[in-house]
Amino acid sequence: MPLLELRDVEAGYGGIRALDGVSLSVEEGDFVAILGANGAGKSTMLRAICGMVRTRGDVLLDGTKIFHRTPEGMARKGVTHVPEGRGTFTTLTVLDNLRVGSWVQRGTSTRDLARVFELFPSLYERRNVRAAMLSGGEQQMLALGRALMARPRLLLVDEPSLGLAPLVLREIFAVLRRMNESGTAIVVVEQTAQLALAAARHAFVLERGRVVLGGDAAGLRLDEPVRRTYLGY
Amino acid sequence: MTGFLEHLVSGLASGGIYGLLALAIVLVRRTTGVINFAQGEMATLAAFGCWTLVDHGWAFWPAFGATIALSFAGGAALQVVVLRPVERGPLAGILVLTVGLMLSLNGLMAWIWGGAPKRFDGPFSASLVTVGGAAFSKRDIGVVVASLAVAALVGLLLTRTKLGLGLRAASASPAEARLAGVRVGAMRAAGWGLAAALGAVAGVLAAPSLGLEPNMLQTALLYALAAAVLGGLDSPAGALVGGLLLGVLLDLVGSYVHWVGGELRPATALAVLLAVLLVRPAGPLGVRRA
Repeated sequence: MPLLELRDVEAGYGGIRALDGVSLSVEEGDFVAILGANGAGKSTMLRAICGMVRTRGDVLLDGTKIFHRTPEGMARKGVTHVPEGRGTFTTLTVLDNLRVGSWVQRGTSTRDLARVFELFPSLYERRNVRAAMLSGGEQQMLALGRALMARPRLLLVDEPSLGLAPLVLREIFAVLRRMNESGTAIVVVEQTAQLALAAARHAFVLERGRVVLGGDAAGLRLDEPVRRTYLGY
Repeated sequence: MTGFLEHLVSGLASGGIYGLLALAIVLVRRTTGVINFAQGEMATLAAFGCWTLVDHGWAFWPAFGATIALSFAGGAALQVVVLRPVERGPLAGILVLTVGLMLSLNGLMAWIWGGAPKRFDGPFSASLVTVGGAAFSKRDIGVVVASLAVAALVGLLLTRTKLGLGLRAASASPAEARLAGVRVGAMRAAGWGLAAALGAVAGVLAAPSLGLEPNMLQTALLYALAAAVLGGLDSPAGALVGGLLLGVLLDLVGSYVHWVGGELRPATALAVLLAVLLVRPAGPLGVRRA
């Protein structure tokens, strides 16, 4: 039974249909990359899973249909969403941001904190600094670190590369891979297809709100049209 | 000099009340983005509640505890029942709604308890204690200590507890807080509850010296609003300090500048507020967020 399953999910803003019948599934411990052009519906798909947009169709978790999805409800079910634009609490310190991350846990465990600081040593140095003072890369690290604190079963990451230097981006993907290796299923929406395909096990290509291609990430890297459109060679 | 010290202490006592109310206003604003003009009437209602319990034979402290608990529940209920249905509406409309709430509560209190001031002795004796020639009222000292202690407790709650973390996260970014699993609606209700509980303390502390009647805290609320602005409207610590400073300033000006007296005190507060808004719109006491 897949961890997450989307069956014919539709969503729209106003009159515009952003998702036009998306069906796909994510296995326990999977690492899935969602590729596609701007406006293909990638972010909307993540928002649909978390109940941040109105949808039609079914979203199933562990084979159970989840009817009234809300971000806070999905977080309690182990689905953590790192939104686009690195959502952090800018007026809170780094440490407080991480504490909010463990909200769905019994308390903030020092082990989890130690793990985040081990993955992102620069966050440890700036732990008492307000998040607003961090660089873009550090804010993305904080957003990921905060998601880690929730010990999610499924992590949804929206466009982590946005405005980041390549070196920082590589670090982010290295962390995603380590999280995945320790058992967290990951769905990452990315325009920088190269890194995403290298890290992921499976990939789907979205076009105008539909899944037009899906399968093994390694296989997709060799696919001629995918290479031309998303990898640029 | 002794006269100055006496005025300092009585000013701090009024300032403590303004500070607590200002703290309540800041909490509500931080958690729901609204300035609650009914905060003063809610506090007076709580004081009436406490007085009624004492009048029915309760000892003061249990009555006080029950009042605080009921106020928390009542404040949270107000947010859920009255504010939540309209929270997506225009802010100006919501502000008018809180003014309506203020007038309704005022009318309700007059209807239940009448308009004549009630005697409410409170926890502290009104007798004087003399230190080095200056005579201080034990009640004033009690009010200063109690308001500082309560404000410190709120500070600890905001910075050291899970509820406080949730309140700060929900006010910093509701959407992010939801993604982390925080029930933002519950936090908004808790913010109002906490503010109402703080107001209850202010109301009960103020009642013995002001005389308990429905309009008891109307002027104090204006001063509290000024104090909140002094603190930058978003800073709990700034609100408390703003309240204390304003209390002392008004007491000194009212006593030493003879033509001001009692009647022109609100105008003095207005002048201070105007000066602050002209010079440092973000509040002279900084915009540090706790």
